[in-house]
Amino acid sequence: MDFLNALVAFANFVLVPATAYGAQLALGALGVTLIYAVLRFSNFAHGDTMAFGTMVTILVTWALQAAGVSFGPLPTALLALPFGIAGTALMVLGTDRLVYRFYRQQRAKPVILVIVSMGVMFILNGIVRIIIGPGEQNFADGERFIVTAGEFRKMTGLSEGLAIRSTQGLTIVTAVIVVALLFWFLTYTRTGKSMRAFSDNEDLALLSGINPERVVAITWIIVAALATIAGVLYGLDKSFKPFTYFQLLLPIFASAIVGGIGSPLGAIAGGFLIAYSEVMVTYAWKKVLTYTLPDNLAPDGLVQLLSTDYKFAVSFVILVIVLLFRPTGLFRGKSI
Amino acid sequence: MAEPFLIGDRMTGGYGGADILHGCTVAVEKGEIAVIVGPNGAGKSTAMKAVFGMLNIHAGAVRLNGEDITRLSPQARVAKGMAFVPQTHNIFTSMTVEENLEMGAFLRRDDISGTIDEVYRLFPILKEKRRQAAGELSGGQRQQVAVGRALMTRPSVLMLDEPTAGVSPIVMDELFDRIIEVARTGISILMVEQNARQALEIADKGYVLVQGSNAYTDTGRALLDDPEVRRTFLGG
Ligand SMILES: Nc1ncnc2c1ncn2[C@@H]1O[C@H](COP(=O)(O)OP(=O)(O)O)[C@@H](O)[C@H]1O
Ligand SMILES: [Mg+2]
Repeated sequence: MDFLNALVAFANFVLVPATAYGAQLALGALGVTLIYAVLRFSNFAHGDTMAFGTMVTILVTWALQAAGVSFGPLPTALLALPFGIAGTALMVLGTDRLVYRFYRQQRAKPVILVIVSMGVMFILNGIVRIIIGPGEQNFADGERFIVTAGEFRKMTGLSEGLAIRSTQGLTIVTAVIVVALLFWFLTYTRTGKSMRAFSDNEDLALLSGINPERVVAITWIIVAALATIAGVLYGLDKSFKPFTYFQLLLPIFASAIVGGIGSPLGAIAGGFLIAYSEVMVTYAWKKVLTYTLPDNLAPDGLVQLLSTDYKFAVSFVILVIVLLFRPTGLFRGKSI
Repeated sequence: MAEPFLIGDRMTGGYGGADILHGCTVAVEKGEIAVIVGPNGAGKSTAMKAVFGMLNIHAGAVRLNGEDITRLSPQARVAKGMAFVPQTHNIFTSMTVEENLEMGAFLRRDDISGTIDEVYRLFPILKEKRRQAAGELSGGQRQQVAVGRALMTRPSVLMLDEPTAGVSPIVMDELFDRIIEVARTGISILMVEQNARQALEIADKGYVLVQGSNAYTDTGRALLDDPEVRRTFLGG
C-alpha cells in the first residue's frame, strides 16, 4: 500500500507535470533544431516567436469568447490556434523577407545570423508587450481536470491522489500528433525530403534543382506552427507571461543541444531529459521517501535538492556537461 | 568540322581572386567520352565548375548543342540536360540510396520509377542497399550513388569530377566499365581523372591541363602514345 501511495505521489508531482512540460520543451526545441538544420543558425528569437504566436491565439480566443463561441469541454484556445499559427507564419515570413534574407544573400556567417536573431528577439519582445502587456494572462477555459485527486482517491481507496489536468492531457496528445505529422512530412513527402536534402548538402541540393528560397519559406512556416503550438500549450498549462517565454529560451536551447542540434529525434529526447531533470531536482521528495523508507529512516527535511527559483540552473548544468563531454549531443545532430 | 556537343571555349576566370583558368578549352562530342587529366591544382575541377556555371568566367563561352549557355545558372543547366557529379560532397549522406536518386530527379514531374530501375540495372548493388543511408556505404558504392543521382534527370551530358577517387583498382575498372556503358546509351561524358593512363584508354578525346591552360589535346590513344606526354604526365 505504502509503495503504491509512493508511486501515485511520484506520478502526481513528478511524472505527469514533467511529461507535459517535456512535451512543451520538445515542441519548442524542434523549432530551434529545424531552423538550425536548414538555415544554419541558432535562433534566439524562438522564445519570443512562441510568445507572439500565443499572444495572437489569446487575442483570437478572447474574440471568440466575446462572440459566445466555446469548444465544449476543450479550451477555446484550440479553435483560435490555427489563427495564431497563420499570424505567426506571416510574421516570421515577413521577418525573413525583411531581415534574414539579406544576410543569407551575403552568405553571412552563422554567428552574425545569431546576433541578428537577437535583434529580432528584442523587437518581438517589445511588440508583444506593447500589444498584450507585460502582465500574466490566463486564457484556459473548458473542463479543468480529466481526473481530480479526490476522484482518484475514491476510485482507488489510496490515501494519495493523482490529478491529471485537461491541459496536461491535451499537451501530451497534441505533441504526439504534431510530432507524428512532422516525421511523416520529413520522411515521406517530396517537400520534406527536399528539406532534408538541403539540410544535408546545400550545394548538391542546388545542383539537383531544389529551390532554396522555397525550402527556407516552408521551414519558417513549420517553425511558426511548432512555436505557436508549444507556446499555447505551455500557456494553457501554466499561464502566459512574455517574460516567462523569453526565459524558456534556456531550457529549449538546452533540450535542442543536449539531443544534438539539428536532429529532430534529439530535440524530443532532450526536451524530456531537461524536463524530468528540472522537475526531479526541484521536487521535495519527503512524501515519496516517507512512504518507501522504513520509519526510522524517514527524512526530517523536505529533501529538495534545489529550490524552484533555481530551476534554470538545471538546464544550464546539463548543457555544460553535455558540451564538455559530448558536444554533438546524444543524437549527433547537424542535419535533419 | 562541326562544333562539339558541349564546349567550354577558351574560358578565363577563377574564384574572384587571381584567374585560375587561362583560355582553357574542353569539349565533348555526342555519345563520346572526353577525359581531362593534369597535375594536382592544374584547374581541372575549376574547369568543370566553369562549364557548369558554378563560377564566373570573364572571357570565353560555354555552348551546349550550339546554344550559348554562358550566363545560365547551374540549375538552369540541369534543366537543359546537363548533370554534374562534384569531386567531393557528391551525395546526401544522411538520406537513403533511393532518396538520393529521388532528389536527383527533383526537377522531374513525371514518373521516375523507370529511371530508378535503369540506375539499379546499371549498379545492381544499389538496389540491394536502397534503404540504407548513403553515408554508410563504401567509397565505390558512394560513387555509384553519386553517378546514379546525376543520371536521374536523364541528362544528355554527364560531367564527372574524379569518379574513381579513393577506390580500389578493381572497383575503378568496374566504374569505368559502367561509364562506358552509359556513354553507349548516347550520353556524352566529360570526366576528370587522376588515373590518367586508364582513363585515357577509354577516352575518345583527352585534354592535358597545366596551370589552367591546355598543354596537350588529342585523342586518348594519341596522348597515350605521345612520348612527351608519357614522360611528363604518365610516369614513363
Ligand atoms: N573554392 C576555391 N576558391 C579559391 N581558390 C580555389 C578554390 N578551389 C580551388 N582553388 C584553387 O584553384 C586552383 C585549381 O584548383 P582545382 O581546380 O581544384 O585543381 P585540380 O582539380 O586540377 O586539382 C588551385 O590553386 C586551388 O587552390
Ligand atoms: Mg580536382
